[in-house]
Amino acid sequence: MVEVENGSSLDIGEIPIVSYNQFYAEVDRLMENTSVHCVSYYAVPSDDNFTFYCCLADDEEHKLYVLGHEQKKENVTLPSLTSKHYAFHCFEREIHENFGINFSDHPWLKPIRYPANRYNQHNVIENYPFYSIDSDELHEVGVGPIHAGVIEPGHFRFICNGEKVLHLEIMLGYQHRGVEELMLTKHTTLRRSILVESIAGDTAIGHSLAFAMNMESLAGIDVPDRLQLERIIALELERIAIHIGDTGALCMDIAYQLGQVACEALRTIVINTTQLWCGNRFGKGFIRPAGSGYPLTSEVARQVLENMETVEQRYKQLTNRIYTLPSVLARFEEIGILTPKQAHLTGIVGPAAKASSHKRDIRFSHPFQYYRHLEFLPVVMETGDVLSRAMMRRYEVEQSIELVKLLLKKRQSMISEEVPKPNYSLQLKPNTFSISLVEGWRGEICHSAITDENGNIVHYKVKDPSLHSWMGLALAVRNQEISDFPICNKSFNLSYCGHDL
Amino acid sequence: MLKELKILFRHGKQYITDLEGVELTPLFRGRPEIATTITASEAKELEALCPTNAISVVPFSINLGKCVFCKECHFYTPEKIRFTNDHKIATNDLNRLIVKAGDRDAIELDASLVRKEITSYFGKALKLRQVSAAGDNSAEMELNAAGNVNFDVGRYGMEFVASPRHADGLVITGPISENMAEPLEICYNATPSPKILILAGTDAISGGIFADSKAVNRGFLSKYHVDLYVPGNPPHPLTFINGILSLTGRLKKK
Repeated sequence: MVEVENGSSLDIGEIPIVSYNQFYAEVDRLMENTSVHCVSYYAVPSDDNFTFYCCLADDEEHKLYVLGHEQKKENVTLPSLTSKHYAFHCFEREIHENFGINFSDHPWLKPIRYPANRYNQHNVIENYPFYSIDSDELHEVGVGPIHAGVIEPGHFRFICNGEKVLHLEIMLGYQHRGVEELMLTKHTTLRRSILVESIAGDTAIGHSLAFAMNMESLAGIDVPDRLQLERIIALELERIAIHIGDTGALCMDIAYQLGQVACEALRTIVINTTQLWCGNRFGKGFIRPAGSGYPLTSEVARQVLENMETVEQRYKQLTNRIYTLPSVLARFEEIGILTPKQAHLTGIVGPAAKASSHKRDIRFSHPFQYYRHLEFLPVVMETGDVLSRAMMRRYEVEQSIELVKLLLKKRQSMISEEVPKPNYSLQLKPNTFSISLVEGWRGEICHSAITDENGNIVHYKVKDPSLHSWMGLALAVRNQEISDFPICNKSFNLSYCGHDL
Repeated sequence: MLKELKILFRHGKQYITDLEGVELTPLFRGRPEIATTITASEAKELEALCPTNAISVVPFSINLGKCVFCKECHFYTPEKIRFTNDHKIATNDLNRLIVKAGDRDAIELDASLVRKEITSYFGKALKLRQVSAAGDNSAEMELNAAGNVNFDVGRYGMEFVASPRHADGLVITGPISENMAEPLEICYNATPSPKILILAGTDAISGGIFADSKAVNRGFLSKYHVDLYVPGNPPHPLTFINGILSLTGRLKKK
């Protein structure tokens, strides 16, 4: 294992490539520690070989490890890590689907997204192998890919006993656009910057920050403190806006209209603040490698502060009401429980993990950009039900607003610093591996890049937090009334396109 | 109850009273204006720079159906290209989305291309089914926002419905992935005629940054008539609202 820093790069030769047995033993040993989870595990094909890179993070020790193994390209079958550590299921499924590599004792080796360049072109999305139970007592409910609201497509297959959900299988892939392949075929840094903003448009700032951090570490440059600080202000605004919107969406699903419309109006204030700053309500165009076209002006900073104060007061007043209403609590409490153990086993990240008592937040465990200068402690809740995921958002909004206010104050001593312009012709280091983690509003985003001997990107791996967390939703709805599915789903609010890439 | 009233009082009036007259923040990236002084060498550079090939050299123009509004061409030639905050850029004619050097006119619909049944059937109420075909969720959120407490498109009798059977038309977002091609087609066929078809967002209009992806299948669009193109990355709710109001003949006469 080699230790790396978040947002850094190292010579690819420094990553130990060991035998699979050694790799398995090493990963197994580290994963025994409950504070360790896998952030990314992927295979890179070359002419004769597959090289695998695995990155594990220790939330408590603040460490990030990378280890690899290599296999000849013919009929690879490997014992699966998933059989021992379930959290690997999505990574091994992805590797299997992309390259046909078999994991002999994987309990759930199913297609994950039907990518265009998948190994087995006979596997088509119409023939997904659903789990089923042969019983006259049970019935199945299929929902999607097109859902009843204005949302992204995905298919949910429930097996129910009466109104009660026994099992939910979530089948995705409808949103697959070939992002990772396009990252390689689009040769300019600007094209790639536009592409990463669309990995998940609701997390444009999170994903473009992870990309910018990779490019900067590969080019060996540091951006000034002021820009690092302004970037995380934007990241916090994104978090605040979505969390408030989610609070409203949860209210909508239990027909509490005041909560819904008041949150909608508050979210509008926040995204309009981002629009005032950079001209786009989702922050598209703000984060670019090495600089920004939209340095925060003092005038806009004043407006950000004013809006934060308005939102803070109104959101507090509103949530005080929402979360003391018996009719709201009756719908949220003890519904859709994801136990701390389940969250650990499936490797859940983000607010869903924090609501199930895991202190898993990259801002705390592997601080990046200006978070390195802050003492940040994540909000953690105990019960793992819809209520705790809703309360998570309430406290995170309050925390993020405090953070933005603090950052705006700190910014005043930096205004003399120049914010550089973006640089789209960065010279990247050759034969280098880079990794960056960003705590977006859904949790941990991981981007990892590898360059060849000329400094061209030959592999780019994207991981949206949703890749881990969809399984958490599937577990949380077990033994719930099927009518509670919408609030369970909203309480996770995972990304389809971020998962499907 | 008193607490609810206090919340309502504090929030005040949230809806935008005049949706047609509202002006967006100066930095909003809307309809571009291009100076006629762009040199041939600048045009070449800009063409190479544009991430989605929205720029053509002769005559110099920006195609808003392809543009992702990144504004990089402005940063390259700040004096010669600027993005105004004019959000009214929806139209029913792809040619009108091409903004040429010197163009200063507002982008409008071509009234002669609007099918007659659109105004007669949908002039007073319009129910739309939205299909995200690999949209990145920003356009979807903006379409949702069109119905929220601020924009309140419901005041015009317009809303998004759950079933295509209840819908007067489809609004497509996203570049249309291979995996969504069939569900989209099924949904379109399930919508009763006469129906309208709207493409919302640059991804939907041209494929945007995904136009050359192998995972995208845009065959659907070569089969059916599109009634409205709503550019943007994502399209602003006001751009969408203005577009459907024009399409259904609801804009106030100036």
